[in-house]
Amino acid sequence: MRFRSMTFSARHLLGIESMPAADILTILDLADSYAELNRGQFKRTSILEGMTQINMFFENSTRTQASFELAGKRLGADVMNLHVATSSVGKGETLIDTAMTLNAMRPDLLVVRHPMSGAVNLLAQKVDCAVVNAGDGRHEHPTQALLDALTIRRSTGRVSGLTVAICGDIQHSRVARSNLLLLSKMQNRVRLVGPRTLIPDAFGELGADIFHDMESGLKDVDIVMMLRLQEERMSGAFVPSLREYFHLFGLDSEKLAVANPAAIVMHPGPMNRGVEIDGTLADDINRSVISSQVEMGVAVRMAVLHLLTTASTRSELTD
Amino acid sequence: MADFDLVLSNALLVNPELDSIVEGTLAVSDGRIAAMGKDVPTDSGALQIDCAGACLAPGIVDIGVKIGEPGERHKESFGSAARAAAAGGVTTIVTRPDTTPPIDNPETLQFFQQRARAAAKVRIKPMAALTKERAGSEMTEINLLLDVGAVAFSDCDSPVRDGKVMSRCLSYCSQHGALVIGHPQEPDLSRHACATAGPFAVLMGIPTVSSQAEMMGLERDLALVAMTQARYHADQITTAAALPVLERYLDNGCNVTAGTSIHHLTLNEFDIAGYRTFYKVKPPLRAESDRQATVDALARGLISVISSMHTPQDEESKRLPFESAASGAVALETLLPAALRLHHTDGLGLPTLFRALSLNPSRLLELGTGRLSPGAPADLVLFDPDKPYTLDRTKLHSKSRNTPFDGQVLQGQVLRTFRAGQEIFRNDT
Repeated sequence: MRFRSMTFSARHLLGIESMPAADILTILDLADSYAELNRGQFKRTSILEGMTQINMFFENSTRTQASFELAGKRLGADVMNLHVATSSVGKGETLIDTAMTLNAMRPDLLVVRHPMSGAVNLLAQKVDCAVVNAGDGRHEHPTQALLDALTIRRSTGRVSGLTVAICGDIQHSRVARSNLLLLSKMQNRVRLVGPRTLIPDAFGELGADIFHDMESGLKDVDIVMMLRLQEERMSGAFVPSLREYFHLFGLDSEKLAVANPAAIVMHPGPMNRGVEIDGTLADDINRSVISSQVEMGVAVRMAVLHLLTTASTRSELTD
Repeated sequence: MADFDLVLSNALLVNPELDSIVEGTLAVSDGRIAAMGKDVPTDSGALQIDCAGACLAPGIVDIGVKIGEPGERHKESFGSAARAAAAGGVTTIVTRPDTTPPIDNPETLQFFQQRARAAAKVRIKPMAALTKERAGSEMTEINLLLDVGAVAFSDCDSPVRDGKVMSRCLSYCSQHGALVIGHPQEPDLSRHACATAGPFAVLMGIPTVSSQAEMMGLERDLALVAMTQARYHADQITTAAALPVLERYLDNGCNVTAGTSIHHLTLNEFDIAGYRTFYKVKPPLRAESDRQATVDALARGLISVISSMHTPQDEESKRLPFESAASGAVALETLLPAALRLHHTDGLGLPTLFRALSLNPSRLLELGTGRLSPGAPADLVLFDPDKPYTLDRTKLHSKSRNTPFDGQVLQGQVLRTFRAGQEIFRNDT
């Protein structure tokens, strides 16, 4: 693989909000080379040789955790997965106490997912190693936005000057927030499309254009990003029913027809086929880049783990 | 020749009743203010204190203080709350009934009163719950609670949801001349909310409530007050939207007053950046425009009471993700220095401030304090309004140190506090 000069000074990856555009590009560039590595037969490097990575998931996840695990292992780290059972009470105590305990075991990287916004920031204040936010509540999911950016750049050749529609349950989505922040930082137009019950009006003051129907929302867009609608929000509380939601906001080739003919379709997964996206469209390799997103996920996470450990080694040496 | 116990000379007398600040001397006899003015004779055998030009004002009457007794004495006891109050120039604390268990029956209130008497050096006036267990369905024994000293009735931050129950509570209280203190908030809209809706909170991804929920809660309560002719005080008005509602009912002759909290007067929604749980209060901090409207309403007298809403929380209940962290902040000791920010930066006069800190709350509860005039109880605070210092939360007298002002520069320091002419605090620094 190529070696390049990289400037990356962040100690943790907690969110896109505080990340300079230059750091985003550094991650994407490095991730590009890891994507090439991952396509070869021999996928292992020794960048993290001897280091310990702990994946601490306070919320169920299959793909994100697998992606981080694979990323760590391909870089040569010892990876441990920890599922922290959560009850609705005392989550916080578990969080801080578990963090302190794990910190005492001297890991080099902590990858954390937690159901509450801000929980990963809180944890990062209590540990000495680098912390990666693998999703906190409705707040941020920075590696998802980075892998989406990489997928977009590899599909369209650029990651700025595009019009991107993020569709569905914006209110409860950390993916939407991180993507909105990243795409705005990189000079794209971001549209949020969905029912009014799932897009707080305040998003309009954050520079996004808000649409409540797919036809105007998808008109001429270059990228369509669908979000997952959580099961508990489908019936009654936020939308009247599943079928009404699919009728209005489910993506199918008919609704997609108003978009740029070359527009690509993305989804962070797991998909509800027939709820937010039509199954045939999701599988259409000419439009859907959903499996490419999964592939880029590993590459982006390798880049993030790589950069954070070299940054922390650097600061340790200067201490 | 008058027989004084204590003579405070060379002071700036801050008089909220007359809206004046004059240089002079104040003399105390038998726990009451005996004389004041330019030429009070000072050659008696009284204890003489030269105030060296510092301000002397009526002691603060703080409505809505949470003490951890019963139930959470590790967070705050009568003793620690009283020490904190005295250090903050607060001479009367009006306590909240949202304890564990709540103060919702005369027996608990009697126990509370005994503990209060044994431990406290400031005056402690208890509120009692409006409904049993603050659950909003059955009213408490209003008359029996009045007999053992309840000064007002409130379910604190859990508003009575059921309009019928609320209207009966108001009617019944009105029959007994009892004051009801409400928390204007639409309870369903504000469920689980821990920030005010807006672009800032929406990016943080935490549950929010529209600032309109306060106006809706106030409108509901005041409509019922108009219907029942009850005496009603809104504990915290914190939004611009609620002010016209308040004004309209006042114009229609409703017997209504409104207070606000020191935190909503001095902080805004941006302070919760970084998920800092010490800024999590109820209702949540508002937009800067709301803060300014609240300060303006205070200056106009539409909002007439400033409270600390002192809510002690231990480190464990604050060191949590923002959503699950406990609400509230300690504020007895920072109430006056924080209120002085309104004097220094928002241009409020000292007499105006002390009308809201001392005179109005005392009048509301008919306590007779809060005044600088002969015959009034000599509950006094001597303070330097300008002296700057950096707040170190570890030095607070409260058992809990959850202050949002930690590390901030505050301007204005309490020098001495007197209750009935007795010194209960002296600043040695």
